[in-house]
Amino acid sequence: MAEYETHEFDVIIVGAGGAGLRAAIEARSRGLRTALVCKSLLGKAHTVMAEGGVAAALRNVYDEDSWQVHFRDTMRGGKMLNNWRMAQLHAQESPDRVRELEDWGALFDRTQDGLILQRDFGGHRYARLAHIGDRTGLELIRTLQQKAVAEGIEVFMELKVLRLLTDADGTVSGLVGYWRPSGEFVVFKAKAVVMATGGVGKSWTYTSNSWESTGDGHAMALWAGADLIDMECVQFHPTGMVWPLSVRGILVTEGVRGDGGVLRNSEGRRFMFDYIPPMFAAETADSEDEGDKWYDDHSAGRRPPELLPRDEVARSINSEVKAGRGSPHGGVFLDIATRRTAEDIRRRLPSMYHQFKELAGVDITAEAMEVGPTCHYIMGGVRVEADSAATTVDGLFAAGEVAGGMHGANRLGGNSLSDLLVFGRRAGIGASEFATDRTGSVSLDEGQISAAIDAAVAPFERESGENPYDIHHDLQATMQSLVGIIRTGSELDEAIDRLDELEDRAKRVSLSGGQRYNPGWNLTTDLPSMLSVSRCTTLGAINRKESRGGHTRDDYPKPVAEMGSVNFVQRIEDDGTDGVGATPSIRSITATPEPIPVMPDDLKELFEEAT
Amino acid sequence: MSEVLDVTPGDTDVPDTNGTEPERGGDTDHEPVSNDGSDGNGEIVMRLWRGDETGGEFTDYLMPSVEGEVVLDVIHRVQATKAPDLACRWNCKAGKCGSCSAEINGRPSLMCMTRMDTLPAGETVTVAPMRTFPILRDLVTDVSYNYEVAKRIPAFSPREKTEDEEEAGGYRMQQIDVERSQEFRKCIECFLCQDVCHVMRDHEENKTAFAGPRFFARSAELEMHPLDVNDRRELLQQEQGLGKCNITKCCTEVCPEHIKITDNAIIPLKERVVDAKYDPVAWLGRKILSRTKRTPAEATEDAPVSGPAAVQPSPGVVGVPLPGYAGDEAAAVTHTSDPPGDEAAAVTDTSDPPGDDTSSD
Repeated sequence: MAEYETHEFDVIIVGAGGAGLRAAIEARSRGLRTALVCKSLLGKAHTVMAEGGVAAALRNVYDEDSWQVHFRDTMRGGKMLNNWRMAQLHAQESPDRVRELEDWGALFDRTQDGLILQRDFGGHRYARLAHIGDRTGLELIRTLQQKAVAEGIEVFMELKVLRLLTDADGTVSGLVGYWRPSGEFVVFKAKAVVMATGGVGKSWTYTSNSWESTGDGHAMALWAGADLIDMECVQFHPTGMVWPLSVRGILVTEGVRGDGGVLRNSEGRRFMFDYIPPMFAAETADSEDEGDKWYDDHSAGRRPPELLPRDEVARSINSEVKAGRGSPHGGVFLDIATRRTAEDIRRRLPSMYHQFKELAGVDITAEAMEVGPTCHYIMGGVRVEADSAATTVDGLFAAGEVAGGMHGANRLGGNSLSDLLVFGRRAGIGASEFATDRTGSVSLDEGQISAAIDAAVAPFERESGENPYDIHHDLQATMQSLVGIIRTGSELDEAIDRLDELEDRAKRVSLSGGQRYNPGWNLTTDLPSMLSVSRCTTLGAINRKESRGGHTRDDYPKPVAEMGSVNFVQRIEDDGTDGVGATPSIRSITATPEPIPVMPDDLKELFEEAT
Repeated sequence: MSEVLDVTPGDTDVPDTNGTEPERGGDTDHEPVSNDGSDGNGEIVMRLWRGDETGGEFTDYLMPSVEGEVVLDVIHRVQATKAPDLACRWNCKAGKCGSCSAEINGRPSLMCMTRMDTLPAGETVTVAPMRTFPILRDLVTDVSYNYEVAKRIPAFSPREKTEDEEEAGGYRMQQIDVERSQEFRKCIECFLCQDVCHVMRDHEENKTAFAGPRFFARSAELEMHPLDVNDRRELLQQEQGLGKCNITKCCTEVCPEHIKITDNAIIPLKERVVDAKYDPVAWLGRKILSRTKRTPAEATEDAPVSGPAAVQPSPGVVGVPLPGYAGDEAAAVTHTSDPPGDEAAAVTDTSDPPGDDTSSD
C-alpha cells in the first residue's frame, strides 16, 4: 500500500506562472479554498523569462488603437486558425487586466503624461506593449506573487504532479504527485483543477524554455481524456542567442527590433526586405528609408519588415543561413549598436545588455548580436471553451500556454502575457463556479493513486537500465532535427518511429540515489509528458499537409484553404497498451480534423475593412 | 534537413544534429545536455559538495573543459554522465529566475551567470551550497525562511485614483518617480544577499528577528512606491532588525542584478526610521495632520477580507509546511559536519561585530 499525505481544496491550480497565479487570485477572491501547486519555487516560473511586454490596446501612445485592431492583428498573426472568441475576449479584456496589475503594485514605464508606456512589437499595428524595460515578465510574476501572498493563498512549492485523478464518471477529483525535496507522495482532492503548466520547449535541443517546460499539463489532460488541438503549431522565436554554444537558444527580446534593431546578413544587407509576404505587403515598408521614419511616427511610413510576425522572421533567417549568408556561428546579425545611442540601449534593454556582456562577452552598444531561431512557445494545447476555459473533461480547466486556440498557428509577441492574465482570470472564475455548483462527494480512486505511485518508484527497483538523461538528450535531438522549424513528411514519419523507440527505452530507466531531491528521478517522471506531447506535435505535423504560421512543411510550402478551417484534434483512444509510468502509450494518440468555430459576420467585417 | 542552427558550413564547433542519427554517440561534436565530449580545451576538476542535513563532503569530478560554458553547464554534464542524482536547483539558465544560487570558489554567485573562463585557469572549481540556509541535498538549500519573511511585510496598498486618473483609465506617475522602486523590482530573489549577510550567516539566532537585505529592498521599494500608503518603518525597526545591518555592503557586492541594496534601500530606510523616531516636528505633524502612510496595525485592519491578514503574526500560519522543510526548526541544521562554506568568507566582511543594534542608527 503506497503511503501519501492528503489535502483537500475546492480549486487546485497546477502551475504558478502568470496564468496560474492569476487563476488562484481569482478563485481565492471568490472565497474558495484554493491551492497553488508548482514544480519549482514560487516566482521562478517561466513567465519571468518574458521580456518585451504585455499587449493591450490601452491607447496611451496611439489613440487610434482599439480592441478591434488588436483582435484583427492577433487573428492575422495566427493565420486565422485562432479560436475567434478567445482572440476577441483577449483583445477586449487585456487593458483592464494590465491596469489591474498597476492597482496591485506593478510599476510600468511611463509616457510623458504619466500613463503606462507602450512599445512596438512584431505584428502589432500600433505601439501596444506595456513594459518595464526588458523585464516585463518578472514584474508580472512578482506582482501576482505578492498579491497571492497577501491574499493568503496556500502554495505547495517544488511539488511535481504525476497524474490527474478522476472519479467513476470521468470528472476530475484531484491529483497525485510528490514533494521534490523529500520525495514523499501527496494526493490532493479537489472539486475543480486548473492546468496552468506552460509549455513544452524542453523536448527540443535549442530552446528558450527552462527545464520545467515539459508539457506536464498538456499530457495529464490528454491522459485524463481531454482534447488537444494545433499541437503542430510550435513557435520558433526568430532571435535566440547562438554563441557560445552553451547559451544557444537563450532569448533575445523582440523589443530589440521594436526599439529600432535591424537584422543583417553576412553582407550587411537588411535582408527582411526580401521576404515580405503578400499578406503583409500593403502595410510593410519597402525601403529602409520609409521603415526608419516609422519608428518615430507611425503615420510617416509603413512598418519595417523586421517587425513582421515571428513565423515570417524566423523562416527568413533560416533561409539566409541556408543560402550561406549567415553569421560565423550559424545565425544572422541583430544590430542595434549602429541604430541607437549606447545610453538608450542600456536604458531600454538593460537585461539584453547584461546577458550578452556576461554570457557572450559582447557589448551590444558597440557590436551586433548573433541570433537565430530558438524553440519558444507552443500555440497548440488543451482545447478549451473560450468564456470559461473549461476543457472537454468535467472539472478540468486550462489557461495560459497549456491551452490551445487563442493564438492560432502563430502567436504575436506580447500576446502571451495578456493571454495569461485574461484567461488565467477566466479559468479562476470557471473553476470556482464549477466547484461551487458541484454536488455529491468527490471520491478518490485508490487504484489510480497506487498505480501512479508504483510506476513512479519502479525505476529504483530496476538494475542496469537506461539513463534518463540519455533518453532526454535523444528525444531533444530527434525533435530538433526531425520536427524542427522546417518539416518534411519522410522525416516526420521517422520521428514517429524514434519516439516509439524512446518510449520503449523510457520503460527501462533505472535509478539510484533515493527520492529526495533527485534530479535524475525528477527527469524520469517528466519523460512520459515529453514523449506524449512530442508525439502529438509530430502527429499533427504529419496531418497538416500545408505551411501555416508555426508549422512549415518543405513538401507543402503553401497554405491550403481547406486546412485553414480545421484543427487537428488529438485524443487518447485507449487500446490498453501501456506507456511509461502507468500512462497510456503514445501509440494510442489519434489526430482527427474538426472544423474550427466560425466567426460571426460583424467580426468578419473587420477583416474586409482592413483589405 | 534545413534546420537553421545546423547549417553552418565549416564550423566544427556547431553540433551536427541534422544527420539521420540523432542517437547519442551519433554526434561527433559536443552537446550541451548529455555529452561530456571534450573540445580539446583540456580538463577541469569540479569539487562539488555532496550530502544532506546529516553531513557530507566535497567530491571531485574530472570533466572535459568546453569553450564558453558557465558553471551550471558543467554541473549538468556531471549529472548527465557521472552523478545522475546530484541535486542542483535551476530554472531559466539565463540569470532571470534566481534559482541556481551557490558559492563558487567561496563567492555567492549564480551558477548560470558564472563563466568558467572567468575562474582561475587550471585550478579546481569548488561549488558549495549557500551556507546561510539549511541543506536539503547537495547544492540545494531550504530557502523557505525567505518566503516566510515575505509574508510578514505589509502588502502594497495604493492611494485612491483621482478623477482625472479614473477618466484616463489609470494612475499617473512620472518615469523619474517610478525608477526608484523599479531598481528594487529588478530583484530576481536569488537570495544571495541573504546568504552573504553576516547578521544571519554567522548568527542563526538572528533569523527570528531579521528580515535581511532582500526584504529591506522590498520594504524600500514599497516605501518609495509613488502610490503606496502603508508605513512599514516601525515594523522594520522593531521586528525586522533594520538596525542590525551595519552597512558592510556585502549584499550589494554579490547582487547579480547590480541593485545598490545598501546605498539605495537600506541607508534611506534607516534615515526614514530615524526621522520617524526622533523628529518632533514630523511626529507632531503625523499626529495632527492626516497622514499619507499607515502603520502596520492600520494596514492590518483593512487587509483583504477573503484571506488572512496581510501582516502575519508568526511564520507558518499561511501555507503548508513541507515535510522537514518549511518552518521546521528541527530540520534547520546548518552544515553540522564539514561546513562547505568555509571559503565563503571571501566577500564577507566580519570585521564589524554583527548584530550590533546600535552600530549605525
